[in-house]
Parts: sequence; structure tokens; C-alpha cells
Amino acid sequence: MVIDKGDSTQADTSGASPASAGGGTPGGGPRGPGSPIEFRLDATSGVPTYLQLVQQVEHALRLGYLKPGDQLPKVRDVVAWLAINPNTVLKAYKELEIKGLAAGRPGQGTFVQATLSQVALPELAGLQKSLLGWLTAADAAGLDQDGIVALFTSALRDFHERRGGAGDRRGAASAETEGVA
Amino acid sequence: MTMNVIEASGLGKRYGSARALRECTLAIPAGHVAALVGPNGAGKTTLLNLAVGLAEPTAGAVTVLGGLPAGSPAALDGIAFVAQDTPVYKNLSAADMLHLTANLNRRFDRRYAKERLGELGIPLNRKAGKLSGGQQAQLALTVALARLPRLLVLDEPMAMLDPLARHDFMATVLTAAADDGVSVVLSSHVLAELERVADYLILLSRGRVQVAGEVDGLLATHRMLTGPAAEADRYTERPVVHARRAEAQAHLLVRASADDPVPPGWEAHPVGLEELAMAYLREPGAAALPGPARGWALPPETGEPSEVTR
Repeated sequence: MVIDKGDSTQADTSGASPASAGGGTPGGGPRGPGSPIEFRLDATSGVPTYLQLVQQVEHALRLGYLKPGDQLPKVRDVVAWLAINPNTVLKAYKELEIKGLAAGRPGQGTFVQATLSQVALPELAGLQKSLLGWLTAADAAGLDQDGIVALFTSALRDFHERRGGAGDRRGAASAETEGVA
Repeated sequence: MTMNVIEASGLGKRYGSARALRECTLAIPAGHVAALVGPNGAGKTTLLNLAVGLAEPTAGAVTVLGGLPAGSPAALDGIAFVAQDTPVYKNLSAADMLHLTANLNRRFDRRYAKERLGELGIPLNRKAGKLSGGQQAQLALTVALARLPRLLVLDEPMAMLDPLARHDFMATVLTAAADDGVSVVLSSHVLAELERVADYLILLSRGRVQVAGEVDGLLATHRMLTGPAAEADRYTERPVVHARRAEAQAHLLVRASADDPVPPGWEAHPVGLEELAMAYLREPGAAALPGPARGWALPPETGEPSEVTR
């Protein structure tokens, strides 16, 4: 699937005229202002690059590093820091938009639109409790920690693949409509 | 419809009796960073040289940037090419290189070039031969990008660079793609480092295109099945690209999506770009090409033994 270059997530780069616009920071120059977070990549994780970016935004939302209204790193800055394909960043931001977590503002960039931190908290305790129950059963069956992680990771992957990746994150995001231009 | 930055049909090149490239038909759409991958001697450099007009085909035709004949003035104007080993004039200073290139080209953005070299800390007055390998590569790349090309062609750009220089070099290339929408076609035989960079893959093997397509699409249509070796031969649901088997266990790289059923007792895993490319390179008879006419598993057209190519 080709990601539409005209998509709003591309907006933060569209203002730049050909290379002459200059003032850029390619090749890992000084970091641009704007976003409270910076991405990193784990080459050994086996997780696709775009998904690593999505997960890092979600993680930052859960832990409160990112709040609604915050700007995500600009596409060209991510590309320059990590030396990754621009379409990969666009794909990640698109996924975050589909999940209702972020929105592109034409000419400005992509901004956080919802939070993940409060929503799940009451449910979280209950889920952790049932997970502990499952862990006890797994332990009793003779699985060690690595075995449990392997089983869980494999089940989680199957689950996501069956779900078809993006789409329906039931009740995961509480959308806060912002004054989008 | 997106334009194709390189389009070849029945393209072939002979050097004497050696066929460097044969019946090469492909279309690389604009807006991608396309990786041209294959073992040494697969025809990567030949294909790139034909596309940029440095060589004449002995069969078929190649056009660039939406139908311009390769090597025509209009084509040359829109393409920048950095050859293997990122050559620079060793006795010229960076400033001289910019001056020379500016005068040899219709379009040249001196300001961009000077700013880039400044950011990279490359002194303008130093002779290119005295720069480090990474700096020489960056100089060649900067000169190429300052021509404001629509297509940037790189032949084995990273072969001579250390890991940091590779990262910085690719960052420059990818930033140009992000900022100005430059399409990129680059050749490499180092698969691992392409995984983050390329979103389009062309696999060239023994002078032929074996696999071509968007990386996302290729990864979504291939799975690795792991299961009992005794049952490996009975798997016929989907085409098997490559099978590896031990006494008990077998791994089958199959052309199947996440929706395809997995036989009982088998496990399906997603594959990475490197794993996928390796499987095809080990099976020169297998192919994955776009278009209904050239679908799965082209039979080899010659009677050559399908030896493993690497």
C-alpha cells in the first residue's frame, strides 16, 4: 500500500521547497524543537519499525510523557535521526490517527489528540488480577519465565494478526476534539 | 496513477558472449526508496547503468521518469547518479567540485550544497582526496542532490562506509526523500541494512528480476510455517518458495497471508525482508512479480541447473 504523500501527516514537510530551503538538520544534527519525545529503534526486537514508533507513542501516552495537544516529532526529523524510510513514519502516524490518538494539522505537523493514561486504569487492576491467575496456572503447569513470555508473545501476535492490526481499539482512546485548523 | 521512475521491458545487455542482464521487465513507481538486491554478478550495476544512460541495451528498452528514454537530455536532467565507491575528483577541493558541477549542469543549488557541507563539517578548501571515506561519500551525495533530481540512483553506496557514516549517508538520502519527494533507487547486497530504508524491493538473480513489489505487500503475502518434517511434503495449500528441513522439524517459506489457514500442528510466523529475500535467492526458479500475466513461479526458461546462487 502506498501511503498517500498528500496526507495530512505529511503536512509538516510540505512547506519546504526543494533542497534550497535549507536550515535542515539531516544526518543527526541538533534536535528540532517541538516534540516532548524522541524515537529510538530496537533492531533486535523483530517488531516492524512503524509498529515500534506506534508503540513508543502509546507508551509515552500511558506514562504521561505525551499529553493531548503535544506535537509528535516531525516526519523529516525522525527520518534524519533514525535514517528510516519516510513512508514508515507516515504509516505509523496514520495508524495513530486511525486509532484516534493523533491528528494531522495541515502545514504544522501531527499532534496528540487523545490520551491513554486514565481510561484503562479501573479496568487495568481487574485485568492484572486475571493475568496473575493465569500466570499461577502457567507456573503450576511447569512453564518458566521465558516460556511464559514466549507463549504470551505468540498469543498476542496471533491475536493482533487475527484482528488485522489497526482498526478497532475498543474503548482504548478517549478522543478529545481539539481546535483543529 | 503514479509515474514509474524506471520502466524496463525485455531489457537485456550482453558483454561479448556474457549476458549481464536478460529479459528484464519491471516498473518502479515514484515515491519510493527502492532497493535493488542480488548476489554479486546478478546484474545490478548493469541495470542501473542502462537506466542512467551510461550503457546501451542490446535488447529491449528502458525509460525513466514517466517514459523518457534513458540517456536523453530530459532524462539526464532529472536523474542524479552516484556510482559505486562514491567517486570524487581527488585533487579538487570540495569548493572546486561545487564550482565544476554547477557549471556542468543546467540546475545546481549552490546554497544547499554549501549548507549541507557546512552541517557535515566538511571543509570547502580541503582536497577531496584528503577527506575521510564517509566525507567523500557525503560530498558525492551532496553534489548529486544539489542538482535537485527527481530520481536519485545509488550503486552500492554504503559498501565502503563504517556504520556511523552509513547511518549519516542514508539519513541524508532519506531526508531528501522526505523533504523534496525525491525517488530513490539503490543497489546493495547487504540485506540487513535495507530493512529500515527500503519500501520497495527488486530482487535480481542471475540477470533476471525474481521479485518486485512493495515491501509491505511482500511481507504480508509470505509466512514462515514451522512444523513436523514428515508432513512437509504434504503441504500443498499454498506455494512453497523454499523449504529447510532437519530430521524432525521443517521450515517452509510459503506465499500465504495471515488469513490463510495453518495446517494442524504447524505454526505460522511473519517473515522479515532479509529472510524473504534469502529464500528467493536460494530458489532461482521461484518468482514473485506483480501483474496477472507474470504471477507465481515462473518456470526457469533454460535448462540450467538451479544451483544455489550464494
